[in-house]
This record gives sequence, C-alpha cells and structure tokens, in this order.
Amino acid sequence: MATIVVLIVFALFLGAILTGGYNKQMLARFRSHWLWDWITTVDHKKIGILYLIGGTIFFVIGGIEALLMRTQLFYPNNDFMVGRTFNELLSMHGTTMIFFVAMPLLFALMNAVIPLQIGARDVAFPFLNALGFWLFLCGGLLMNLSWIFGNAPDSGWTNYVPIALNEYSAGTGIDYYVLGLQISGIGTLIGGLNFIVTIINMRTPGMSFLRMPLFTWTSFVSSALILFGFPPLTAGLFLVMFDRLFGANFFDVAAGGNPVIWQHLFWIFGHPEVYIVILPAFGIMSEVISTFAKKRLFGYTSMVFATLLIGFLGFMVWVHHMFTVGMGPVANSIFAIATMAIAVPTGIKVFNWLFTLWGGKIRFTTAMLYAVGFIPTFVLGGVTGVMLASPPGDYQYHDSYFVVAHFHYVLIGGTVFGILAGVYYWWPKMFGYLLNEKLGKLNFWLFFIGFHMTFFIQHFLGLFGMPRRVFTYQPEDQVELINQISTVGAFLQAVAVVVLVINVIYSYRNRVPAGNDPWDGRTLEWTITSPPPVYNFAQLPKVRALDAFWHEKMNGKKELEPAEPVGPIHMPNNTHLPFLMSLAFFVSGLGFVFRSNEVGALGLIFVFLVMFMRSFEQDHGYHIETDEIEKTEKGASV
Amino acid sequence: MSRGKRLALLLSTFAIFALMLTGCQEPAKSVFDPKGTAGEMNLDLIMTAIYIMTFVCAVVMIIFVYVLIRYRQKPGDNSIPKQVEGSMKLEMLWIIIPIILLAILAVPTLSTTFSLAETPNEKDALKVKVTAHQYWWEFEYPELGIKTAQELHIPVGKKVHFELTSDDVVHSFWVPELGGKQDLTPGQTNTMWLDAKEPGVYAGRCAELCGASHALMNFEVVAQEQEKFDQWVAKRQKPSSEPQTAEQEAGKKVFSQNCMSCHAIDGTKLKTKGDKAPNLTGISERNKIAGLLENNDKNMEKWLKHPDQIKPGTYMPSFDFLNKKDMNNLKAYLESLE
Repeated sequence: MATIVVLIVFALFLGAILTGGYNKQMLARFRSHWLWDWITTVDHKKIGILYLIGGTIFFVIGGIEALLMRTQLFYPNNDFMVGRTFNELLSMHGTTMIFFVAMPLLFALMNAVIPLQIGARDVAFPFLNALGFWLFLCGGLLMNLSWIFGNAPDSGWTNYVPIALNEYSAGTGIDYYVLGLQISGIGTLIGGLNFIVTIINMRTPGMSFLRMPLFTWTSFVSSALILFGFPPLTAGLFLVMFDRLFGANFFDVAAGGNPVIWQHLFWIFGHPEVYIVILPAFGIMSEVISTFAKKRLFGYTSMVFATLLIGFLGFMVWVHHMFTVGMGPVANSIFAIATMAIAVPTGIKVFNWLFTLWGGKIRFTTAMLYAVGFIPTFVLGGVTGVMLASPPGDYQYHDSYFVVAHFHYVLIGGTVFGILAGVYYWWPKMFGYLLNEKLGKLNFWLFFIGFHMTFFIQHFLGLFGMPRRVFTYQPEDQVELINQISTVGAFLQAVAVVVLVINVIYSYRNRVPAGNDPWDGRTLEWTITSPPPVYNFAQLPKVRALDAFWHEKMNGKKELEPAEPVGPIHMPNNTHLPFLMSLAFFVSGLGFVFRSNEVGALGLIFVFLVMFMRSFEQDHGYHIETDEIEKTEKGASV
Repeated sequence: MSRGKRLALLLSTFAIFALMLTGCQEPAKSVFDPKGTAGEMNLDLIMTAIYIMTFVCAVVMIIFVYVLIRYRQKPGDNSIPKQVEGSMKLEMLWIIIPIILLAILAVPTLSTTFSLAETPNEKDALKVKVTAHQYWWEFEYPELGIKTAQELHIPVGKKVHFELTSDDVVHSFWVPELGGKQDLTPGQTNTMWLDAKEPGVYAGRCAELCGASHALMNFEVVAQEQEKFDQWVAKRQKPSSEPQTAEQEAGKKVFSQNCMSCHAIDGTKLKTKGDKAPNLTGISERNKIAGLLENNDKNMEKWLKHPDQIKPGTYMPSFDFLNKKDMNNLKAYLESLE
C-alpha cells in the first residue's frame, strides 16, 4: 500500500511542479480550462458556490447514511446493518452532518453574502479563503475515503476514548476521523479568522457596527467562537493521533492516562460548535423575517447583544454534556444554572422575531416559510434544551433518543431550516435567477412534515428507555411502532430533498432573471446586479442607517449614494497554491492513516514548501481600469 | 393552498401524531412510570420542566398563530407597515419572565441534584459493585461475598448503593424505571443509589456507545421482597454446583477444558476461577442467557455455538467444534447449576 501511495504522491507532485512553470505550453492549456478557473479562484462569490456544492454532496452522503440507519431500525432485531457497520454509519452521519454539511453550507452563504452586506469588494484574505475551502474539501474527502478502503470511524461523532483507541477500534477507522477533522479543522479556523478580519476591517464608509445586518453580526460572533472553540479540538485530536499512531498513553488508564480529559476537550469545543452552526442561522432568519414582513427587525440592539451573550455563555456550559460522568453535584449544579441562563438571550431572539412579524405585511415565499416554520420548531428544540439542563432530568434523558430528538430539532429545525431559507433567499443574488416557488413550497411542506414525523416521537422513544446509538431494540420494549413512524418520516424528508434537487434543475432550465432586488430587500447586497460583477461595487456605497437600502428607498431614491469617485479597482490574482497546499495536506493525512510515516512526513514537507513559495511570491494583484468598469456597469443596466 | 388549508394540514399532522402515540402499545419501560424513589425524583423534575415549557410553548404558539393570520399581506395592499425600532417595556418583559421561570426550575433542580448524590447510610443500604465489560455486567455484593453477572437482585424498599467502574471502555448504567443513569469509566469509581418500591423485573441498558454490541448490552434488575432476596442470597452463598449425574460430570470436564480460564463457577472444585467473562454460578436460574436470550436449552446451544452471531464483537469464541456429546454434556452441567 505504502508503495502505491508513494507513487501517487510522486505523480501528483511531479504534475504540480510541471504545471507550475517548467512547461509553458502545458501551463497555457491548463489555464484556459474552465476547471482551472474554479480551482484557482480567490473570488468570494465563486468560493461560496464551491462551498455550496461541496456541502450539498456531503449532505447527500450523510442523508443516505441516516436512511440506512432508519431502515435498520424499522423492525426489532433487524439484521440489515448491525454491529460495527451500524456504528460506522452513525459515526460518519454525525461527523459528516456537523463538519462537512452544516459548517460548509453556512460558509457558503457567509462567503456569498457578507462582503456584499458590508459593502466590500472581497474578503480580507482571499488567499486564505480559498485555502479554507480546499482544506475542508480535502478533510471531508479523506474521511469519506474510509468507506472505500474499509474501516470507517466507528466511535460516534464524539469519538470517546477508550473505544476510539487501537485496542478497541482496530484498523484505520479512527485515523480517518482524526486526520480528516484535523485537516478540515485548519480550514475552518482559517475561514473563521478571515471573516473576523473582513467584518472588522472591510466595512464601507458609514457601516458602523450597529448598522451591520444581523446575518453579518451572527457570522461575526460565530467566527469568534470558531477561533476559540477549535483549538481545544485540535489539541484533543493530536492526543488521540499520538495515542493511536505513535503509542502515546494520554488516554490509557493502565499507563496513567485519563479518558475523561478527551471528553472535556471535545465538549469545550463541542458546545460552542453548536452555537457556531446555529448563530448564522439565527442571522439568516432575522434577515428573511424582516424582509418578508416589510419591517425593521424588532429590537435590533437587543438582538445583537443577545447574540454576543449567547456566544460568551456558549463556552461556560460544556459540562451539561457530561452530567453523568460523575463530577459531583457541585460541578453539575454550576453548569446547570449556566446552561439555563442561555435560555434568556435565546428567548429574547424568539420574541423579537415574533414582534417583527407583528404589524408587518407578511409574504409567504419559500424562504419565509422556512423562517416561519423555524420558529415553533426551534422553540421546541430550545425548551427540551432547558429540560436537559437540569441534571436529575438529564440522568434520564442523557444518551437516550430524547437527546437525539432534541439536537435534531436544533440542528435541522434551526440550522438546516436556516440554510434552506438562506439558499432560497440569496439564490437569485448568487446565480442571477430565481428558484421556482411552487416546487419550493412543495419542498418545504414535505420537509417540514417529514422532519416532525421523524423526530417529534423520538422524544418519547427516549423516555420509553431506548438508548441512542443502538442498532436494534427488543420486541418486548414495545417501541416498534414509534420507530416505524420515525423511519417513514425520514424517507419523507429524503423525498423533500429530491424535490429540492428537481427544483434547482428545473429553475436552471427555465431561468427567470431575478433583477437586482427580487424581494424588495433592505440591505446592501440588493443594490447591485445579480450575480454581482467581480468587483461587487463599482463605487463603495455610503451607508446612512440600519437597513441602508431600505432607508434610501423610503427617501425616494433608487440607489445608495457612492462614497468614492469611480476609479481603478485593485483585485487579487487567482492562485493555484491553496489547492496545492491542501493536496499536500491530503497526501500527508492519507500517509499517516496508512501508518506510512514517510509519506506523512513527505506531505508535510510539501506543505511547508508551498508555504515557502507563497511567502516569497511577489503577487500584487491587478487593477480593473475605469473604462472597463463603466462598460460592465452599462452592460448590466441594459 | 390558502392559509386556512395550510393551518388545517399542520394541525391535522400533529393530531395524527398524537393519535398514533395514544394508540401505541404500553411501553415496557417508561420514565413516566417509575418504580423507585430516584426515578420518582427524576420524574418530579421532568414534570416541573414540562409544565413550565408547555406554558412557554403555548405563549409562543398563540402569538405565532395570531401574527401569521392577522398580519398576512392582503392582495393589492402595498402600504408600508410602521417601522418599529423596539420597545423597552416589552423587551424587559421577555427578559424578566424567563428569568423567573428558570428560577422556579432551578431551585428544585439544585436540591434534587444534591439529594441524588448523597451516600446512603451504610446500615440501611446494600452495597453493590458494578463493573462493566464489553458487553456484559458484573455485579458483586462485597458484604455478602457474592459475584454474579447480567442479573442484579435487590431487596424491595432498601437503598442500593452502587459503586460503578469499567474494565475496558466507557459504559453507562441505566434502569429507566428505577432512576437515571451513571457512566462507568475505566480508572474511576462513580457512585449512585437506587431503590425499588415494588417487586418486579426491570430492564436495564447500557447507554454509552461501547462498541459493536452496545445495543445488546442488556441486563435485568430483579427486585424481590426482603425474605425472597435473603433466600436468593443464601442460595448464591451456598450454590449447588457439584455434578449429580454422569452426564453432568462429563460436562464439568468439558467446562474445565474449554471455559474455565474465562468463566468462574463457585461452590465446586475447579483449578482456576476465570474473571474475564461472566460468573456462571447458578446460571440455570437466570432469566436470560447473555442478558438477551430466553434461558432455554435451544438458546444455550445457539449461544455456545455462535456467540458472535448473537452479540457481534463479543470476546467469547465459538464452541461449534465441540462434538454433539460434549455439547450436550456441557449444557447438562450448565443447566444443573443452581
């Protein structure tokens, strides 16, 4: 195996070096190819689309895993997928959905929208932006390769030790988990940093912090959570990696290790992670609800401070995942109270949304349906969250289907509904045409009903004594019917996703041009063409109020006043280095997975080599000249 | 679809859910029907939380439904609604009320958390050491000198003080009808107490993913009146493990050749007492084989021949190589253990 990997690595790098400049003809051929344009792009709009495609592919994979599990649970003592295979399915489903679906899809929307919302021409670090995407993709691919080579991770998305150690999980399964997450984690961290700097530094004149749209705000806080939340995971993953690959004993009890350390590290990351994926969804909901109620967001300032408070408290509550570990009543009580406290800022948000709708003129587009469907769904997920915060109750709920129901209400009812609302809402801005509303509504209703059918009754499964992550149950447990309803619901959701795919294809074939502002929008992204030109804004707009575009519309103007004269625009050059660096990481990861430390080290050496190339590269970007801008703008207005 | 139709659809969906649930069979083990003090304390808190949360949901739903019906854009109405910035009074209202509601929940939460963590008085409590293994449970009564597996016997009305640890990976001990769960972590001993208020057999589960057969790591808690429990204890302390017939004698030989290094049987002479697998003393009196299959001759043979097909990933090897005679003798011996 090692030989094959070595050969592949050599072939890849030889190819990469060749295209790097030794052979000019080859280079020209490559460069004119459309694929090359996508591989080397540093344009945030294109990277957003790449994230969208990547996330969707993994969504389908993760969804299929879920359907296989629900099929196995249709009958008691079914033998369709049992034992380790089922554990692999549940581990890969959870890991995929969190790391390779929820986060990249949110990054897709953040990339597509945030620079437009703050009136910027690109993100602060276009190179890092591209690198973040390619690292995510490489990490995700690496982990899913485990299905092909056999031995997928089988210790749950939480990867608790000791079952994740060599002794109890033989083979390479967990190595894929550790290295795949490590690589994509670097990408996420880079992405988070990029958005923090972008939002702080790149705002157009007049766009003060308290005039930023709420999606920008929540993404900002979410990025800060990434910055502080991911390092503990990185550290934990390194410990597991060293235990598994190099015979360290961090978690081996016999050698003085302590498995509970992993649980702490994982949940110190894991709980903020929940808010990392829910906060941007809150932001999307705020935008959509405000637009389609034709009202300013009720209590904007309190929304912002609630977001900050949730982000802060998100780091204070990780032990509520560990109430049954045995840390004693004092620790449990402190974290119980801290957890309950989060309900207050979350409640503020829910009521602010309700009162944004109050007195508005509500239009039920598909995006709005998802936003409106989100409110009761998320409230249900939220109240079960408060129930889980109480340790004596949690002793019963913990690790049962009640928890499964709870976090699916939050993650699907919150994050996925949010992403879908955002996709329907910003699709015309990203692609220039609208998604079909009829198919969209069908998609919503199927998904909404299927979702509640699958997960509402799972609360009861848990209270009737069914632990989570079990591949079967006994006939005498009397939970067969509930499981069957749940499975039918899961397939209904799958049908809804198929409708969504049909909708995308149908809408592409029968394109309805969206125009600049299809929804009577309120924020900056709706002032420019759909899709926007490479440089986004020919002249940076001058922001005078919250909901800047709406403010101008109410004052009888059609567009924002520019904050600068028309002039040449400085843009970054495309570069293939992020792709190359991610590839090197990928090879390195694969090398370590196959326990070939030479290949692993070789990959890392190439990573540093590419870093070196990047550091000493003299690339000052290029300028788009004034007459070209004027030509583009004229073409757009015709 | 009009709004009314949509709403009707939504409501009917929930109605169907409710109907389906009430039409369900009575669940075998329900948190809502506790049989022990700890379970009752858990349930009290669960119900408090459910009442408060139902109130919250109701308030949200009433506003939600009202808003959706009342403030829909009417066709042809293109007026701009009043742009409201917010309202200090309203916002204070939904900060203060949740804090009060949470305080109502927090007080009993704290007191119950501390009462459940108390160590029961040694005189009134029965001590049981639980050690979890992939994928079986070991129960030791240190004061009574008994070691058993898969089936935990406890006296009704007496607090049982558990000391929980694991021999390999993290497991979690859960008897839904008696109380909440507690993790069993290698290298660490946790404690908890439970009791049963009425006699019965209560299903137990492993609740923390522990490997391939996590779903099958079941056990049973048999709660008996003190008198019956004492009888059981006496029998376990003086088990009848000596072979009575020639067949059983031969079976014991097969046992000592194949099983002894992992399994122990008390009350008879064997060279070693294995501790890697469940103690089999009195196995004929247990309700289940491997905590899973009904205890009968057919299942015993099935388990001995292909344990891996019943519990994937089990450490027990297959004994399908035993000839028919040996197998029958072995079964005869095991089934004679009382």
